[in-house]
Amino acid sequence: MNKTYDVAVIGGGPAGLAAAIKTADKGLKTVVIEAMNRLGGIPIQCIHTGFGLHYFKEDLTGPEFVYRFIDKVMDRDIDLLLETYVEEIINESMMSKKIKIISPKGSWIIESKTIIYAAGARERHRYEIGIPGFNVAGVYTAGEAQAMMDLYGIMPGKKILIIGSGDVGLIMARRFVLEGAEVVGVVEILGYPSGLTRNIVQCLQDFGIPLLLRHTVTEIKANNGRVSSAIISEVDESLNPTPGTEKEVKCDTIIIAAGLRPRTKLLKKMGVLIDPRTRGPIVNDYLESISVPGVFIAGNALVINDYVDYAVEQGETAAESVHEYIENKGVLSAEWRKVIPGSNILFVVPHYVSGRKDVVLYSRVSRPLENTYFQIGGIGKKIPLIKIMPSTMLRIVLRKTELSKYIGDIVVEAVEK
Amino acid sequence: MRVGIIGAGIVGLSIARWLSRYENIEVHVIDKNPDVGWGVTKANTSIIHPCHEEDPDKHPLRMRLCLEGHDLWYEWVRELDIPSRWPGEIIVAFNDEEIHVLKHYLSLAVRNKVPGVKLLDKEELLSIEPKINPSAIMGLYAPSAGSIDPIQAAIAIAENCADNNVYFHLGEKVIDVIIRDRRVVGVVTSEKVYDFDIVINAAGLYADEISRMAGINDYYIFPRRGQYILYDSTAEPKPEKIIHTTPTPKTKGVYVLKTTDDTLLIGPTAEDLSPDKKNELRTTREGINYLLRNAEKLLPRLPPRNLVIKTFAGLRPEPSTGSFIIRFHEDPWGFIDVAGIRSPGLTAAPAIGKYVVELIHKHIDLKPKNKWKRYRKGIVRIKDLGVEDRNKLITKNPSYGRIICQCRGVSEAEIIEAINRMKKIGVKEITLDGIKFRTHTMYGRCQGSFCRVLVSLIISRYVGIKPWEITFRGGNSFYGIGEVKSLFKEVIR
Ligand SMILES: Cc1cc2nc3c(=O)[nH]c(=O)nc-3n(C[C@H](O)[C@H](O)[C@H](O)COP(=O)(O)OP(=O)(O)OC[C@H]3O[C@@H](n4cnc5c(N)ncnc54)[C@H](O)[C@@H]3O)c2cc1C
Ligand SMILES: Cc1cc2nc3c(=O)[nH]c(=O)nc-3n(C[C@H](O)[C@H](O)[C@H](O)COP(=O)(O)OP(=O)(O)OC[C@H]3O[C@@H](n4cnc5c(N)ncnc54)[C@H](O)[C@@H]3O)c2cc1C
Repeated sequence: MNKTYDVAVIGGGPAGLAAAIKTADKGLKTVVIEAMNRLGGIPIQCIHTGFGLHYFKEDLTGPEFVYRFIDKVMDRDIDLLLETYVEEIINESMMSKKIKIISPKGSWIIESKTIIYAAGARERHRYEIGIPGFNVAGVYTAGEAQAMMDLYGIMPGKKILIIGSGDVGLIMARRFVLEGAEVVGVVEILGYPSGLTRNIVQCLQDFGIPLLLRHTVTEIKANNGRVSSAIISEVDESLNPTPGTEKEVKCDTIIIAAGLRPRTKLLKKMGVLIDPRTRGPIVNDYLESISVPGVFIAGNALVINDYVDYAVEQGETAAESVHEYIENKGVLSAEWRKVIPGSNILFVVPHYVSGRKDVVLYSRVSRPLENTYFQIGGIGKKIPLIKIMPSTMLRIVLRKTELSKYIGDIVVEAVEK
Repeated sequence: MRVGIIGAGIVGLSIARWLSRYENIEVHVIDKNPDVGWGVTKANTSIIHPCHEEDPDKHPLRMRLCLEGHDLWYEWVRELDIPSRWPGEIIVAFNDEEIHVLKHYLSLAVRNKVPGVKLLDKEELLSIEPKINPSAIMGLYAPSAGSIDPIQAAIAIAENCADNNVYFHLGEKVIDVIIRDRRVVGVVTSEKVYDFDIVINAAGLYADEISRMAGINDYYIFPRRGQYILYDSTAEPKPEKIIHTTPTPKTKGVYVLKTTDDTLLIGPTAEDLSPDKKNELRTTREGINYLLRNAEKLLPRLPPRNLVIKTFAGLRPEPSTGSFIIRFHEDPWGFIDVAGIRSPGLTAAPAIGKYVVELIHKHIDLKPKNKWKRYRKGIVRIKDLGVEDRNKLITKNPSYGRIICQCRGVSEAEIIEAINRMKKIGVKEITLDGIKFRTHTMYGRCQGSFCRVLVSLIISRYVGIKPWEITFRGGNSFYGIGEVKSLFKEVIR
């Protein structure tokens, strides 16, 4: 157990697996550390299609998608540690990280020159989004319900109310109907759905499931320890419930699909700075933390992606960065240029660019916009957008040649025509 | 001599622990819930009060029991391995009127002989506790205040009682008290009839109902709801000291405290409900907003909302008489009320137990056991051990290295240990809440969205029931409704 790795990949989901394949191909000594007793991460429990449209140009299910990566990992000289939970990462120096782990084989420290952190996200739960009422059985996050049904064969309930109209909520609505449950509605606090139009049509409209926009659940009622109904209310402009608009909806199960948050506990503990906008780490275009050198972050731990393909892409970028990092004993010094989210922009990742290479920007707008330009200041790049929702992640490639046209901060804006 | 205690809350259990020292009595504890401590005991502020807020003129017994109970907890937490912290508490004043209130409690501290209580001027206040809102002008510091994990305390006492041959009958509701010739002779539960020579009514919110079963009808209990907000351990500002706003006639004010679990607790509200509302354990938007407003007063800023891990409510069992009702009845002989144990009932509980034993001793000669087991150890938590101790355990039992709860680093072995301990105290139904309170799985940042399903599989494996037959907390609170496809099978049938 006393070897030093070039790179320790934390998390065996799509981002981590894609990263490990690439670092191994570059001849780096690689270990993948995964807490569960299997590789694959979240897609293993996603039996619907919609995976791999960009990366493989195919419409795959979650397991089909992720097994393409698992198979490649198995073919390579990559050490795998399953059922191994990372408790702490200690930054000893630029070229040495210590990873405290615990597993059924024991508890010890793994040494590695660099880290690719791809530990994914956690779901927001009922209390975090502030739903008062009785604390009873029958309230699950979408991910828990999905794991119950599609990994372990447990049916959560019969009469379902879903909170949140993101793709996860929409897909779960259909999933419940396909198992014979009744979905009484999808409640969305915003004035527009958060999921793809394709999913609104295929998951709700095709099954006659009502979508209640500008509504929220203001109370959970119970009978003998189980949800018996939900009180739903309309909300005003500032998203506060309007008194007098309460309606009681009978249901025995409430599914919270209110979004994901990058898992950053271990990162924060080692001093990685967090962006309050993404709630993920602040990184440069190597996807390296700007405060802890040699720690690279990819996938949903970096930023919540709507497509798994982007998580994979980030994993591959991180892998290339690690290769360079090890060669040069660090990321080469640069006059870093800040990427600044301007008007109508919720966030942009990465937060700094070196100008030395092409960079992929991931960004979301802060409100639905029509007839806009997505504009990158200084460089003079303008991308017309006919219609754009906050739920769609924008992926923009900036070429090295474009970046070299201008030195200074890069302001990203969405301006209406 | 057989003694039956109705209620496995902190009060009933404390009484049982004291009674378990005697060899000529057989102690039985009955509770309607599947597990111990699920009444008032599981949802309160968890403070071991210094007792400078108790008025010795109005409530002499309560004051005495609070003071004595406080000191007994110093020993009980050590003997029973109960998580506790003793940071002291500060009542914070923001205006002249509130300074008067502080001075009033200082005078009570002097009268009650509470140690160490003193006023702090603004500078002292902010240096002793820098995480108080700088608009505070004075504080009253009581260094003896502590906080325990109340549900772990109930579990610890129950385990110690079981070790000392106390019998538990859980999941059985008492529906009648049997009286013959003006003496109690037993109780009827939803399951069985028990013969007892003495019956102790420690039924918390429902003590009035039990008293009525014994023909006693001179008081009632009404619920006073207290709501809480719990934040993740990373939330800031998180003061070291227990701090709270000035008490009112109804309450001890709103508290902000770091729990024994390192989380941040804000609460409670004080809402009087009608006596028939003993199930109103619900949180409300108004209640939560009230707490946030008070916390905003106490702290320089509010902790971020995304770090809320839970909101919940408890109900104080308020007696219509205002005082603790603790009495040995002559008619019916052998019936003992321990009712209306409202705040500071958690603090007072060990002393209440002792006091009840003294009441019994006046009527019956109690003979101490030769071998009474004083100590109990909690579940070993792998995350708290150093590398060497860990590896020793993992080598013997690899499931100590299999982490099930990623938020709190809880292993499979701890969950199995919890199941075994539940069985040992007579828990018939292994529930998710029972596991949660014992291991702190499903208790952290993600509230079980990752690990609950894994915990249900472990229970399923060890108890031999299907995952969907497991309940959160008994009754109809099933984890699932059946296997996937069961809804189609229903249709076909
Ligand atoms: C319900 C649902 C439906 C979805 N549908 C689609 C879709 O149709 N199309 C699409 O493209 N995308 C979809 N996605 C998104 C896709 O699943 C994610 O983008 C992708 O899984 C992110 O990959 P990741 O590797 O970053 O994280 P994950 O897949 O979450 O993997 C992270 C891994 O890290 C491990 N880990 C975490 N912490 C530790 C630790 N401390 N120690 C060791 N290991 C650790 C975890 O166990 C996990 O295996 C969906 C997601 C959900 C939840
Ligand atoms: C909001 C709030 C804050 C508080 N803060 C503090 C504090 O900080 N410090 C402090 O010292 N005290 C505090 N208290 C008070 C303290 O919590 C209580 O005094 C104490 O928990 C009461 O314990 P108990 O055993 O009497 O009641 P319970 O824990 O309710 O026990 C009674 C038991 O009887 C059982 N039972 C009832 N009816 C039947 C039946 N028919 N058959 C069988 N079983 C039955 C119930 O299931 C229950 O388990 C607070 C209380 C509340 C609600």
